[in-house]
Amino acid sequence: MNEKIKLIDENGLRVDGRRTNELRPIKIEVDVLSNADGSAYIEQGKSKILAAVYGPREVHPRHLALPDRALLRCRYHMAPFSVEERKSPAPSRREIELSKVIRQALEPAIFLEKFPRTSIDVFIEVLQADGGTRCAGTTAAALALADAGIPMRDLVVACAAGKVDGVLVLDLNDLEDKEGEADLPVAYMPNLGAISLLQMDGSLTIDEFKQALELAIEGCKQIYKMQKEALKAKYLAIKEEVNSCLQ
Amino acid sequence: MFYFENRQIVTPGDLLAEGNYVAGNNTYKEGVKIYASRLGLVEYEGRTVQVVALNSVYIPSVGDQVIGKIEDININAWIVNINSPYKALLRANDALNKPFRQQKDDLTRFLDVGDLILAKVIAFDRTIDPILSIREPGFGKITQGQIVKVSPAKIPRIIGRKASMINMLKRETECKITVGQNGVILISGPSPENERLAILAIEKIEQEAHTSGLTDRIAEMIRREKGAGQ
Repeated sequence: MNEKIKLIDENGLRVDGRRTNELRPIKIEVDVLSNADGSAYIEQGKSKILAAVYGPREVHPRHLALPDRALLRCRYHMAPFSVEERKSPAPSRREIELSKVIRQALEPAIFLEKFPRTSIDVFIEVLQADGGTRCAGTTAAALALADAGIPMRDLVVACAAGKVDGVLVLDLNDLEDKEGEADLPVAYMPNLGAISLLQMDGSLTIDEFKQALELAIEGCKQIYKMQKEALKAKYLAIKEEVNSCLQ
Repeated sequence: MFYFENRQIVTPGDLLAEGNYVAGNNTYKEGVKIYASRLGLVEYEGRTVQVVALNSVYIPSVGDQVIGKIEDININAWIVNINSPYKALLRANDALNKPFRQQKDDLTRFLDVGDLILAKVIAFDRTIDPILSIREPGFGKITQGQIVKVSPAKIPRIIGRKASMINMLKRETECKITVGQNGVILISGPSPENERLAILAIEKIEQEAHTSGLTDRIAEMIRREKGAGQ
């Protein structure tokens, strides 16, 4: 076995030069696909993810339709070229699990009961993976849902915290996730103050867990601001263009 | 207490107002707090707080005028696509002016797959698919004109306050414009040039629906285009 990689240097900086409570640079765009009812694209560090929403629409196959609410279906998928070693395009055990947890993270935010007997389909495609894809995928999916005009209680925003080299850090990348001691992804609805996804892998003491959770929620709140700006950007751009034409 | 200015853009989950107010369209109330449930423009009017959505699907409502396409034919009814999550049903008895006799009448003789119709929603609720009727003057098969599709959320803007926008469009382009609440618009004018103008104007309205002073700007654009065409 090779020697353990040093994840935090003597100045307290991480492998990519971030401080422990710093997010990776984030770029969000909304309405990037013309065929989908709603869509969003997110770049979080080197992770690049596309989310598309179709619906509410007719359910196929028909027998899956629910009489009292819409059926929310979610597919998280990694492109074969998204990781170093080619990934088989068939859904893996991990992707099936993530599809389910992301669906459950989004479900409480949507007014599903407004569209009985229909389906809302969410597709999350990871184009390049560098850790934190379930969180970035959830963030993008919530934006795509809002862009599709689906009524929601709140936007869902997700971010991970964890522990590397004995220090609690925010927004882990792939290396920190694999070599670190713990990873704690959290999906959060900031206006409601509700958590809709909480997973942990690795080990933390109860105190560390509480701190990490707080750190992750802080991160969520930062991303939430960017999320809202991205959602409004398209309409504000048109508004500005119109105003400048008038002057 | 209000937290935004009138006609500001809000996102789902934004706290719009707190206190003794009524939650209007696209909002929800928890205790005394009113939140937005859709991306849109907030409007405070008296005690009501509502959000005008920027994008939405068409949910049928009884009395709506819609434009649909025949997709399938059953023994005594047509299945109509009305640009909504729910497929609409047009029963033979709501379409023909005489009693329908299953053995003798062939439905394809009246309306065939692919035909467009202007119809009215006569029944719809959470448990049943919408039912249409064309037994009223002016309704029925569409035989001429051009179709434009817009987001159903933009239909109120295309009609305008007290139909100001649509009346202006009709006047300036000299076209007959029939608006379906489901986001499908039929335009038939004296010449293809007039129809082109009307389509251009409608597309511009859809693009800039959330800006103010739109009616005047559209009127100006049409006049400019008309001048250029001659």
